[in-house]
Amino acid sequence: MSALTDDTLPVTPRAMRDEMIVFAVMAALLAVVPFTGIYPFFVMQALCFALLACAFNLLIGYGGLLSFGHAMFLGTAGYVSAHALKVWGLPPELGIVAGTAAAALLGLVTGYISIKRQGIYFSMITLALSQLLYFLYLQAPFTHGEDGIQGIPQGHLFGIFDLSKPLVLYYVVLAGFLAGFLLIYRTINSPFGEVLKSIRENEPRAISLGYKTDQYKMLAYVLSGTLAGFAGSLKVFVAQNASLTDVHWSMSGEIVLMTLVGGLGTIFGPVVGAFVIIAMQQYLAGFGQWVTVIQGVIFVSCVLLFRRGLVGELAHILRRSL
Amino acid sequence: MKKMISALLLGTAMALSVASIASADDKNVKIGVLSDQSGLYADLAGPGSTLAAQMAIEDSGLKAKGWTIDLISGDHQNKPDIGTTIARQWFDVDKVDTIVDVPNSGVALAVNNVVKEKNGVYINSGAATSDLTNAQCSPNTVHWTYDTYMLAHATGQALVKAGGDTWFFLTADYAFGAALERDTTAVVTANGGKVVGGVKHPLNTADFSSFLLQAQASKAKIIGLANAGGDTTNSIKQAAEFGIVKGGQKLAALLLFLTDVKAIGLETAQGLNFTETFYWDLNDNTRAFSKKFSARMKSGAPPTMVQAGVYAGLMHYFKALEALGGNPHDGAKVVAKMKTIPTDDPLFGKGEVEANGRVTHDAYLFEVKKPSESKGPWDFYKLVGTVPGNQAFTPLDKSTCALLKK
Amino acid sequence: MQALYAQLLVGLINGSFYALLSLGLAVIFGMLNIINFAHGALYMMGAFVAYFLLNLGGINYWWALLIAPIVVGVFGMILERTMLQWLAGLDHLYGLLLTFGIALIVQGVFQNYFGSSGLPYSIPDQLKGGVNLGFMFLPIYRGWVVVFSLVVCLATWFLIEKTQLGAYLRAATENPTLVRAFGINVPRMITLTYGLGVGLAALAGVLSAPINQVRPLMGADLIIVVFAVVVIGGMGSIMGSIITGFALGVIEGLTKYFYPEASNTVVFVLMVVVLLVKPTGLTGRAA
Repeated sequence: MSALTDDTLPVTPRAMRDEMIVFAVMAALLAVVPFTGIYPFFVMQALCFALLACAFNLLIGYGGLLSFGHAMFLGTAGYVSAHALKVWGLPPELGIVAGTAAAALLGLVTGYISIKRQGIYFSMITLALSQLLYFLYLQAPFTHGEDGIQGIPQGHLFGIFDLSKPLVLYYVVLAGFLAGFLLIYRTINSPFGEVLKSIRENEPRAISLGYKTDQYKMLAYVLSGTLAGFAGSLKVFVAQNASLTDVHWSMSGEIVLMTLVGGLGTIFGPVVGAFVIIAMQQYLAGFGQWVTVIQGVIFVSCVLLFRRGLVGELAHILRRSL
Repeated sequence: MKKMISALLLGTAMALSVASIASADDKNVKIGVLSDQSGLYADLAGPGSTLAAQMAIEDSGLKAKGWTIDLISGDHQNKPDIGTTIARQWFDVDKVDTIVDVPNSGVALAVNNVVKEKNGVYINSGAATSDLTNAQCSPNTVHWTYDTYMLAHATGQALVKAGGDTWFFLTADYAFGAALERDTTAVVTANGGKVVGGVKHPLNTADFSSFLLQAQASKAKIIGLANAGGDTTNSIKQAAEFGIVKGGQKLAALLLFLTDVKAIGLETAQGLNFTETFYWDLNDNTRAFSKKFSARMKSGAPPTMVQAGVYAGLMHYFKALEALGGNPHDGAKVVAKMKTIPTDDPLFGKGEVEANGRVTHDAYLFEVKKPSESKGPWDFYKLVGTVPGNQAFTPLDKSTCALLKK
Repeated sequence: MQALYAQLLVGLINGSFYALLSLGLAVIFGMLNIINFAHGALYMMGAFVAYFLLNLGGINYWWALLIAPIVVGVFGMILERTMLQWLAGLDHLYGLLLTFGIALIVQGVFQNYFGSSGLPYSIPDQLKGGVNLGFMFLPIYRGWVVVFSLVVCLATWFLIEKTQLGAYLRAATENPTLVRAFGINVPRMITLTYGLGVGLAALAGVLSAPINQVRPLMGADLIIVVFAVVVIGGMGSIMGSIITGFALGVIEGLTKYFYPEASNTVVFVLMVVVLLVKPTGLTGRAA
């Protein structure tokens, strides 16, 4: 797996400082979005996917585990939150907790099954598990098949913030995204993150040093799944529906693509990738039938020309960690 | 920061109030065709629906009367998320008043909620789900062309009356498949028929031979195909291969479009029974429209019933606009007006928009021609029966729409 | 009981498509180390080429069986020369994403020109009709599919595992430098191998054209199942994927009888179970 992120720079105080500056700039830019005329719903959706891609990146970029089934966390949390809000009538904060907890539980179960598998077989078993889940949701009556759960009430967060107001919703989603992002960033730079990276680089060596690598991988997997679920729960408030497309394997593929376009194993890459892909879906719509062809061309050129991804290439040119 | 937000909110509020007290002779409307431009439904809706909307604008004659009508189109890619985001953006940023078409039930229902929230007008032509005018009905929605209830009833009733009293279902394991099967079963049993069995197959199944063998073994007179698109065409093609029709069993496709028949070919599709509410070769009016339409299609194809529904739905919408005389931005008001005017257009004939948003018009029972009977590249159907509009759709007393309970 | 025989036979027929497709994937993975996501799109191209040959050139099904794989195979070799070869030595992920992009482009272009609902292609006259086996009506064409694909599968296996050429191929993937030292043009061999794998996909496409609708997305729905077959069989194992292909067809056939809703999902159940018991598939090597 070392070919994936061949030139990760060492973590130095300078790198940390660079990253914090970039983070501050990103947060500031996102905070002023509603005043720029950029459509906030587009940005909200992109933020949810950005968090999802970051969670995925934690697993592949730092743990070396390529999951082909990450859509199962997104979809599960989405369905559980949607059901909790609409049918049980829970307030938004509990809806989010319920969805995220469901994703965490799912992470525990699927992680237990898959984590011992290596390389491509890990990818395939996660794919298979997510397909099983897709089938389950297709059969379960509460998901309403392809019609999905519709018209989900947004409610008042903590009884104060009216989420049906776009501006309020925007800042809630932004806060959720930034919190998730910081958690991931913190994880990567913690001792735990260092062990994870060492497992990615050379697992037998990590084992010989006395690390129980499976436990580390498992923890990374559950954390990644939980955060992906958190993104899925947030998305419910933005899209106000939960549907089968969120559990479909092509969604898992999309997550991989976002991360790759932005830059695998870079801190900000997944965010950029998510914005690029979501923008493509929204703004290429005018090209009608050529959308899929244009997407294909972008992926092909990404692999052939910008293998490090947009942010990865930039970091490489600047010799900075981003 | 706080000041900025409140200033902004104030500004928005003022802009809104300005918009709502706009003068009565505001004659600008913007229409968005939200469709599947590149996927499964692109042939039966997609670019053809945009063309149909364009033609409706031209034929309405509203431009000469001082109206400005803009048209934009979008691709929902069969994803509810993308559909709702586009719809929201259209209302918030592009100031769209009306959304038309929207095939794919999942996306259609999601967009239904957005249109209601934004008080726009929603003229759905492409989706099959009868939920749009039942459990999830809205004062802003008109469902034009067809729905699962109508398809099931017209086809089911006609075939049972013609002696097809035992049925076996091949049902797509999806909500619309289940709805088609449920509604057809009801009508079959109500008319003295019997359902002897059925099988639910996953969406996008490539091979139907196992299911067809089960259907064959059931000895049912009619094999009802409660599926759509590639699943329907594949099951018809493979049924021919397994000699099912030759063996005396009849196929009934509950949801079939002109483009599907073209895709299967008459050789294989001949003798199929199904229901549609529009066919290009029905009468002089439909032929005249179709001639103009296909001349402007890249592929030269005549309109499908979904595309015809986009045209007719918009024509009716324009009538309501004209009757209102201006200020077209209050969606619920426009739809209420649409409900007071009886529908009458060259493509679907006379009918009405019912209180739940359901449009009723005649439904036609067709049979696919033999290759020897076909005189042209799109000459596919032979008319075998007509169900009057007031019998074809859900009776109002059975509709579960909340708008009806007042 | 009779119904069960019928389901088994029908399953075997379906299995032959899985076998042909997964065989191609396995050959490509084994020799090039590339997970070819474009396989479904190339399968679709095979069916379309057959359609064009018939409707534009008046060339019948039998010639299409020969010509379509060659046409698509050459197309595949061009892809390999211009794009895939640059990925040698990189992680599997890149090959997968590149071929996924290629699949999107190919499917998108076909969809633009031929629509999404597809085109008709009928069964060749010589294979029309069917025979009554007592327990079921077997269309002759289906019988032909099973026999023909079994022959092709075994021939491919023989070519790679038992001939001199195959020995070079296998050696070239293990140690390209050494094989090059023997004066063998390794890149050309790899290109030809990709052409072979892709040609097999196209052949499956031609075979399926009379049964399934010839439409741009016909391969997109199938690819993920075929992937699973290759994984279950053991990545890169030729015999493994042939046997798994046929076996999956049968298991799927039984599922279609007992629990039809799950017939598209059963392959993934199988995959989870197999990978839990044997981490590298039935006959595979470590990743």
